[in-house]
Amino acid sequence: MQQSNGYVIGFAVAMTVIIGGLLATVKVVLKERQDTEIALDTKKQILQAVGVTGDDKQALAAIYKERIQSVVVNAQGEQVSDFGAKSPEDVSVQANWKVMKKQVAALKGGDKKASIDYTSVNDVNLPIFKFMKEGSKTEVEAYILPVYGYGLWNDIWGYVAMNPDMKTIKGAVFGHAGETPGLGARMSDADVQDRYQGKSIVENGKISPVLMMKGEGNTGISDNEVDGMSGATLTRDGLNEMMVNYLNLYEPYMQKIRGNAVSLR
Amino acid sequence: MSETAEVKEVKKSEELLSKRRRGIVADPLDDNNPITVQVLGICSALAVTAKMEPSLVMSIAVMFVVVFSNLIISLMRNLVPQRIRIIVQLGVIATLVIVVDQVLKAYLYDVSKVVGVYVGLIITNCIVMGRLEAFAMGNKPWDSVLDGLGSSLGYAWVILAVAFFRELLGSGAVFGVQVLPDAFPKVGLMTSPVGAFIIIGMIIWVQRWRNGYVEE
Repeated sequence: MQQSNGYVIGFAVAMTVIIGGLLATVKVVLKERQDTEIALDTKKQILQAVGVTGDDKQALAAIYKERIQSVVVNAQGEQVSDFGAKSPEDVSVQANWKVMKKQVAALKGGDKKASIDYTSVNDVNLPIFKFMKEGSKTEVEAYILPVYGYGLWNDIWGYVAMNPDMKTIKGAVFGHAGETPGLGARMSDADVQDRYQGKSIVENGKISPVLMMKGEGNTGISDNEVDGMSGATLTRDGLNEMMVNYLNLYEPYMQKIRGNAVSLR
Repeated sequence: MSETAEVKEVKKSEELLSKRRRGIVADPLDDNNPITVQVLGICSALAVTAKMEPSLVMSIAVMFVVVFSNLIISLMRNLVPQRIRIIVQLGVIATLVIVVDQVLKAYLYDVSKVVGVYVGLIITNCIVMGRLEAFAMGNKPWDSVLDGLGSSLGYAWVILAVAFFRELLGSGAVFGVQVLPDAFPKVGLMTSPVGAFIIIGMIIWVQRWRNGYVEE
């Protein structure tokens, strides 16, 4: 009886139903708590880009509430109010990355290194988190820009904090879903991220997204380059592509800030 | 999965922790350790042992999965069709692993970001599948629970020992608390997986020298 096809199929079906039910229940029960943790972690990463760190998530949430003002812009640098989410923090950068990726690929037409006009990218929402000076509601200490891309194995992302001049990087944090430990996964190590600090994204008056070099221990690194991660060429390529795409997408907005800064002088 | 433990059926009056049962728990801690003797579950031992905290979480996760999958499979052992038993075992393991992963995401989010990938890989951990196939399919529930406990404790002490030396020598800390003065030189090698290879190799060496174990 136990070996009959009917028994085997019946057993498999019963097991599938029980396991499916159990996992669905676990997911539903824990969802709210997980969403809260993810939201807190996002705030933690945003603050980490400007060097505010700590283990106490509630304290970080308080700093976030006090000092971060957020807006959403499009690829033309205009602020948008209808961005399909409750708040800029809720904008899915991953979903927007997918929208943007298709358009960029079409514009590049097979030539990966082709130079394209990023302002022709439509329907992409770009959140910007302004880190205000302590005690000020109007003076910005840094602009934190979320970035997203694809590494060697899976998605990669990060937050790049720009100084108010919108020319130099104040700090950067990167995360990944599955890069190789000890190799590509080093993109989320502090020593790799610190290499971006103070780097310039402008060269001869034009945007030049800071790029990671090939190999490690390079000498003669320019203001627009950072040293590489040995053994992680494809993760580096993904990281560079992410920086090129996003800093170009944010460029119209950054130009406005730079323009304002000039006129204020 | 090389080892196949056969435990004789014993009469019902056996004590809860009889000598034989204590043996089931104690054996994998030393003479039949899954990592150092059977050389199973090495991937996670290399990957999560840079620090004590993820290693402890991984140990608890493996313990939960081995003990409960052993118990569940043992309870079902007379019902499971032989032809699909491996799939059934994998189904049970995968379910427990997903439950652990979801709980970690809800209550220990930072740790889950570090060990999440490896928690998922418990599904393919030979220790777990090995215990189900070699023990739980042929033994009673309580014996299977003890067997799972023994195997997971054997796994746990080795990865915790590796993590202790790696964190101490690599970062000068234990459980994130700085114990070595800053002036003490840090061994960068210990923070990379290479350090884990060296420490595990040394543990295997010392243990086999002490026990006189020789590979057949």
